[in-house]
Amino acid sequence: MAEALLQVENLSKRFGGIVASDALSLDVRPGELHAVIGPNGAGKTTLIAQLTGEVTPDAGRIYFSGRDITAVPVYRRSALGLARSFQITSLFLDLSVLDNVALAVQAHAGHSFRFWRDARSVPELRQPARAALERVGLGDRAELPASVLSHGEHRQLELAMALAGRPRMLLLDEPMAGLGPEESARMVKTLRALKKELTILLVEHDMEAVFALADRITVLVYGRAIASGAPAAIRANAEVRQAYLGEAESEGARHG
Amino acid sequence: MNISLNARNITVIVLLAALILLPLYVAVTGDRFMLTLFTRIVIMALAASSLNLILGYGGMMSFGHAAYLGIGGYAVGMLAHEGIGTGFIQWPVALLVSALFALIVGALSLRTRGVYFIMLTLAFAQMAYYIASGLSRYGGDDGLTIYKRSQFAGLINLSNKIQFYYLCLAFLLGGIYLIWRLINSRFGMVIQGSRSNDARMQAIGFPTYRYRLTCFVIAGTMCGLAGALLANHTDFVSPAMLYWTRSGDLMFMVILGGMGSLFGPLIGTVALLVLEEALPSIIKLLGSPLFGDAAGRAAEYWQIVLGPLLLLVVIFARGGIDGLLQKVSQKVRRG
Repeated sequence: MAEALLQVENLSKRFGGIVASDALSLDVRPGELHAVIGPNGAGKTTLIAQLTGEVTPDAGRIYFSGRDITAVPVYRRSALGLARSFQITSLFLDLSVLDNVALAVQAHAGHSFRFWRDARSVPELRQPARAALERVGLGDRAELPASVLSHGEHRQLELAMALAGRPRMLLLDEPMAGLGPEESARMVKTLRALKKELTILLVEHDMEAVFALADRITVLVYGRAIASGAPAAIRANAEVRQAYLGEAESEGARHG
Repeated sequence: MNISLNARNITVIVLLAALILLPLYVAVTGDRFMLTLFTRIVIMALAASSLNLILGYGGMMSFGHAAYLGIGGYAVGMLAHEGIGTGFIQWPVALLVSALFALIVGALSLRTRGVYFIMLTLAFAQMAYYIASGLSRYGGDDGLTIYKRSQFAGLINLSNKIQFYYLCLAFLLGGIYLIWRLINSRFGMVIQGSRSNDARMQAIGFPTYRYRLTCFVIAGTMCGLAGALLANHTDFVSPAMLYWTRSGDLMFMVILGGMGSLFGPLIGTVALLVLEEALPSIIKLLGSPLFGDAAGRAAEYWQIVLGPLLLLVVIFARGGIDGLLQKVSQKVRRG
């Protein structure tokens, strides 16, 4: 087995009486797309927040590329090559699309105590930003204010910003949330292209997308990993069917 | 750079030309009062521009900016009082003390947000105000007269009103140029990103606190320079320079002219201070035929007219006067 790029050991976090992570262990190998699924309240977003450093775990360790990053602050983790996209889009709405991405590039281009040269004329910032926009299909929207883009385009922009820092690993928190079928399909296509070059941890509700993209899937229920394995194995796992997919089916039936 | 000739840019160009040519007008007409008024306007515009750097571009709602005006002024006044008349010592001290005060205020207040930030900056400024009031050696509440303006070894004579005016104007234009470079640099992108969405800035890897603090110190230092100029202009410093209403005036100049606009604070300062001077006469002129002497007495309450005027700008012109001018320019372009 290859050395894991991201390794989570016995992660525990409670908020009062609610257990968000319960001795959770997980590993993501280099080059794979690892999906984390689970019913609402399973602790998926808390897991992401602990991986990015926004939430400090009560116990357990997180290793990134062999290094213990459990106590490393948010901005340093991103500098180490761990990038995330947000479940709720969080952009610089009053700046241009290109400025949004260029800021993400700038975050990884050394310190920003540079007071004189026009940042919008620095090719080291603008070219990678343009390239990232092209990769997610927003090349022709670069000069617009971010506020005028559609919801789907905001998601693409989120992804471009995560890519801009040339991360080694992407943490994607429900990139399909709120997308229409057409936009979803485009996002799946973009992610499929990206997974060839990047290690990705994907938290997602859209089962169709998860089974289309994932190399391995981990199923969370009440903060615990009840199963982990290839998509086919997960689909066949009785415990998973009972705990999760069953519920999804009944949920689907309710909607239908 | 491409400068298109629209209503807004023409206004700025005419305004700058008028400021540069003002001493010529004064020389022809002998209207010394205009020179005094506009020296004050130029100095206050520098202070307002420095506030705009943190308020407009950085989103830092400092409600204690007059403190730096007072600290810069008191540095000059106190040193002059102690017999140190050279500006080569007075001015660097003014800048240094302003920077230090901004560093302390910023280091503590920038850890908070919103109302807490406003209240903390206000509290620090009021503290400085009470300290100034308590300096009995330097006049206490009554203030301190400066008998001799800063000396610069004969390089420039600040007592010469035209030389002094041009020095202030040079500092204003230099300050605006500096702000322009700053806000478009990488540093400025961080400051603006942090205004827009600070949580996201941290998530993508920026330790924003230190950048915001640096910006806060730059703005405080710049305002300290305006304070040193103001002390030389009025030949007098008093605690009133630091009072919170003065901070409010500065905020109004910025908001009236246009937050986050390079020339907004200058436009706002000109508009506010010219109105302050002109409103009493306008009220008298318009009111006399109708109300006779009563209009003369009403003119004393010119602020009753100024207040609603400012209110209208805040409600109907979010981008201030500069925002209005830009809107006009866009309409004209569309035809």
